[in-house]
Amino acid sequence: MTPGGSLPGTASAVVRGRGGARLHRFANPGRFLRLSGRVLPWLVGAALLTLGIGLPWALFFSPPDWQQGETVRILYVHVPMAWLAMGGFAGLAIGSAVALVWRHPLADIACRELSPVGAAVTALCLATGSIWGRPMWGTWWVWDARLTSVLVLFFLWLGHATLVRAFEDGERGARMGAILALAGAVNLPVVKFSVDWWNTLHQPASVIRLGAPAMHADILYPLLVCAAGFTLAFVALALARTRAAVMERRVRALQTAAAWRAETAAGAAAAA
Amino acid sequence: MMSVHWMHVTAAYVLVVGGFLALAIGAALRQRSARRRLIALDPRVAARRRRPEADGG
Repeated sequence: MTPGGSLPGTASAVVRGRGGARLHRFANPGRFLRLSGRVLPWLVGAALLTLGIGLPWALFFSPPDWQQGETVRILYVHVPMAWLAMGGFAGLAIGSAVALVWRHPLADIACRELSPVGAAVTALCLATGSIWGRPMWGTWWVWDARLTSVLVLFFLWLGHATLVRAFEDGERGARMGAILALAGAVNLPVVKFSVDWWNTLHQPASVIRLGAPAMHADILYPLLVCAAGFTLAFVALALARTRAAVMERRVRALQTAAAWRAETAAGAAAAA
Repeated sequence: MMSVHWMHVTAAYVLVVGGFLALAIGAALRQRSARRRLIALDPRVAARRRRPEADGG
């Protein structure tokens, strides 16, 4: 850790302007750990409570669909995964912009820790969609515009997670990852509007669209509760991983400082 | 006997809940290990842990 308390090996001094300075208050690892340490248990509790209500509601108390039968219950987990895959990537792009513009070190760490969670959520979206597709469409996979654009989104998440870890110089990796996230954000409107722009097997938007949701309240409410629960869990996971990464950085900085002190002491002893 | 539809539903829920559980366990273990190493290396953290009101992590 540097004397000012910012993260080691970062260009924290580059931050300029009032917005950047305000943002940079949270680059202090001690402050971040204190704040996140208070918020995390509440987030975990809220996620468990919401999912504790939402999942049994979706599985046992919501009605079967007149066309899909019991298979409609897969949508209560599939749709939140799809929303999180897209919303999470929008978050990654915003975090990357903050990291690039203000050189905010915590934004770099948060983006680095977010991408494996985002990749996992997108993989779950694809897998649950495939499990739903088999009994409904008669196939596990089609090269439909929506499915293909989500697959591209999965590769973008995976690419980001790999790229930020591919360089020995962590800052360079973070910069490359940020550029990939910003460029990859172009895919988000493609995913969202693919069902309108192309003739797809995937059904059009039925919740987030102009006009009222095209879903009955008996299906919509448990879906929204499940989405809220998974969103809280997603945020809690990203926060927990970021906390762990900040602590690991402090450990590395302390180990480096201890090694440097030992080397200096050995040099002084040899000189004497 | 479970119908094919229910088998697909079960597989989807097991995947999602299992995936989130795996991620949560991984994050918790990583945090615990980092905190232990930090306490061993940084005497200030150990001192703060003895004063719970000042501890942030």
